[in-house]
Amino acid sequence: MTSHATRPLLEIDDLAITYRTGHHDQRVVHGVSFKVMPGEVVALVGESGSGKTTTAQAVLGLLAGNGRIQRGSIRLNGTDISRWSQRRLDGVRGTTISLIPQDPGSSLNPVRTVGAQIAEVFRLHKRGDRRTIQAHVLQLLERVGLTPAELRAGQYPHELSGGMKQRVLIAIAVALNPALIVADEPTSALDVTVQRQVLDLIDGLRRENGTSVLLVTHDLGVAADRADRLVVLQNGAIQEQGPVREVLNQPRSAYTRRLLSDAPSLSKTPRRRPALSAESDLAVEVEGLTHDFATATGPFRALDNVAFKVQRGTTHAIVGESGSGKTTTVRSVVGFLKPTAGRIRVDGTDLTSLKGEALRQFRRHIQLVYQNPFGSLDPRQTIGQIVEEPLLNFDPLPREDRAAKVRDMMRRVQLPEGFLGRHPRALSGGQRQRVAIARALVLGPRVLVLDEAVSALDVTVQAQILALLDELQKSLGLTYLFVSHDLAVVQQISDTVSVMHKGRQVDGGPVGRVFARPDSPYTRELIDAIPGRRAPVLVTSPVPV
Amino acid sequence: MSAGTDDTFRAGGTWRHVPPSLALAWAVIALVLMWAAVPALFTGYSGTEGVPGDQLQAPSAEHWLGTDGIGRDVYARIVYGAVHSLSGAFVAVTVGLLLGTLIGLLAGARGGWTDAALMRLVDSLLAVPSLLLSLSIIVMLGFGTLNVAIAVGAVAVARFARLARSEVVRVRGSDYVEAAFGSGGTFWAVLRRHVLPNSLTSVIALAALQFGSAILAISTLGFLGYGAPPPTPEWGLLIAEGRNYLSRAWWLTAAPGVVVVLVVLAADRISKSIGRNT
Repeated sequence: MTSHATRPLLEIDDLAITYRTGHHDQRVVHGVSFKVMPGEVVALVGESGSGKTTTAQAVLGLLAGNGRIQRGSIRLNGTDISRWSQRRLDGVRGTTISLIPQDPGSSLNPVRTVGAQIAEVFRLHKRGDRRTIQAHVLQLLERVGLTPAELRAGQYPHELSGGMKQRVLIAIAVALNPALIVADEPTSALDVTVQRQVLDLIDGLRRENGTSVLLVTHDLGVAADRADRLVVLQNGAIQEQGPVREVLNQPRSAYTRRLLSDAPSLSKTPRRRPALSAESDLAVEVEGLTHDFATATGPFRALDNVAFKVQRGTTHAIVGESGSGKTTTVRSVVGFLKPTAGRIRVDGTDLTSLKGEALRQFRRHIQLVYQNPFGSLDPRQTIGQIVEEPLLNFDPLPREDRAAKVRDMMRRVQLPEGFLGRHPRALSGGQRQRVAIARALVLGPRVLVLDEAVSALDVTVQAQILALLDELQKSLGLTYLFVSHDLAVVQQISDTVSVMHKGRQVDGGPVGRVFARPDSPYTRELIDAIPGRRAPVLVTSPVPV
Repeated sequence: MSAGTDDTFRAGGTWRHVPPSLALAWAVIALVLMWAAVPALFTGYSGTEGVPGDQLQAPSAEHWLGTDGIGRDVYARIVYGAVHSLSGAFVAVTVGLLLGTLIGLLAGARGGWTDAALMRLVDSLLAVPSLLLSLSIIVMLGFGTLNVAIAVGAVAVARFARLARSEVVRVRGSDYVEAAFGSGGTFWAVLRRHVLPNSLTSVIALAALQFGSAILAISTLGFLGYGAPPPTPEWGLLIAEGRNYLSRAWWLTAAPGVVVVLVVLAADRISKSIGRNT
């Protein structure tokens, strides 16, 4: 796809960017250089803090107020635009370069119709009168698959789903046929099936018009599927760049190798699992779980007759997209919600019949780890207090015993003892999630429920937490109920799986069977949508457990 | 243990960056507190006894802020009055803070009909103009410094309750509170360990703000004659007494008036700094 005769559309040379905080400058991008040829898709990949978004913002002249280009150049069609004023850049933005922003939820104006917001691009750049603009808008909506276009043009953002909003933003980005689209994590806020549709759409539009795309993403799977060339960033410096096939097959830098082996969507070796034992030893047993929520228009059935069994010492995954009922399921299983009907047996005790003090006493057997490690730890407590707290809720233990248990837990989750006196704000996301796991395990529960517990983490950190969970499972004989939207992770770590769709369990059973021969077309669709499956070459990497 | 030294170190480091207006505000409050604690240190005159022959003198080196109709030194009266105004405001804020936070905490944490009942009560308190409410409470309890303070505090209860409830509801919805219940915490334990400490910051900022308005409200009630009886040198009463001499002796009203304004502004500035640090 890369044309060889032409000159590069975008050429970034030795770009260095600093952010001013207080009285000193912190440099976040150190001398980055790469090119984007016409019609080419270049993916900037890296973890949080790698400088990928800052680089993309600099291309558009949209650095935050305290950001400054220290040196280097950004040449668009041979002209250096890195020192241009905002007013001068306005002439280029939208026409030559455009942006597909990250968060479709907050990138549209909530009080104006979708049609008016698309029309704005044409008006700003004085393209045609009212009537031609209106015709253009409808045509664009058709092109991005928002039909019927007349209806959609008159709708407000709150009337559209996340995927539809992202389509509107794409329509705005491609309205004037720009030469380069900067797509900053365009699909990370979307469900996997929607993600695929949106990426397909960008691909199609690109092919029609020969537009180049600078794709900023943390997801190597997405980059592998969609890009011609990869630029791997770490801590503001390029680790490696080259054609996708080359980087994936013969990664030169150690960092790229680690990223590849940690990316669940690219590793095709599922974890080897002991054969499941006899059916008798069940840790969790859910039967006919049904949950109705009262709404203004009558009851809404969030869960309909869900049933699964989890054997002791194994991992059962619950997968589904947003609104599928997976969160309602686990909240019922840990006793935060009373189901409308059905039974939940944990260790043989029917949870649905417990309440008050009996339910409180039962909580020590089943614990929950939350998705967001920034919200699940009290910012005013120290790490020591956080891990100790569950012990204070049950039979009184002498202070020394509690301290010993806390220290033991810290060792198990591989955190240094020096952290005990620190506050959560001094820890990184992965460290916080370890603290959350330590707090959940300090009571010695039999069952641990992990609600998207690794979804908010960077891929290398995610791999470390998954390895930790695996080790804890082996040493403590834990049973995991693992909720996730990420099928690649599920495939890697779980024994059995329930696939949820609109409150129903559409598929269930051993992971190998469900992934190889799914019962429902929905599961098939989910599996096909896992990014990285279309990667030019499948990577064979060491088992990342 | 290392966190403790870290924190003190940090506090010492930021002290140099305190904005001048905030330093000034603290200085005003500190001075007024000193007046209340040891008034004799600041003036040689009595707060209640006049010097015969020295009536209605303009501010001078001898009488910094002049004298009133019966020869009492105005500066001395303001200094001796501080204890009345400040203790009144203190009682008022304490009543409002304790009662209001308790109501807000219960309403926010319990939810359901407890919430509805308590908050409708608070709504009806807010619906009555605050001065009218204070006056009716004083009429019920009788005149006097303490009763005025309680009346002003009762008005503040509604504001504290509203704020505390909204903070509690915010904290109550956070993952760490649910996690605390999930790890077997009882209702009261979770309230004490997580909900209360995390919702208090803005409540304390409001307390600082209310301290200023309480001084204003107490002065207003003193001015109207509902507070301490003469010759108590309460600030509001000073202004009221000076009214009769407005054309001849402006300092009688201006001096205590300016002091009230300065203290209210200082409290407001401090309250803002507390709110900003969160």
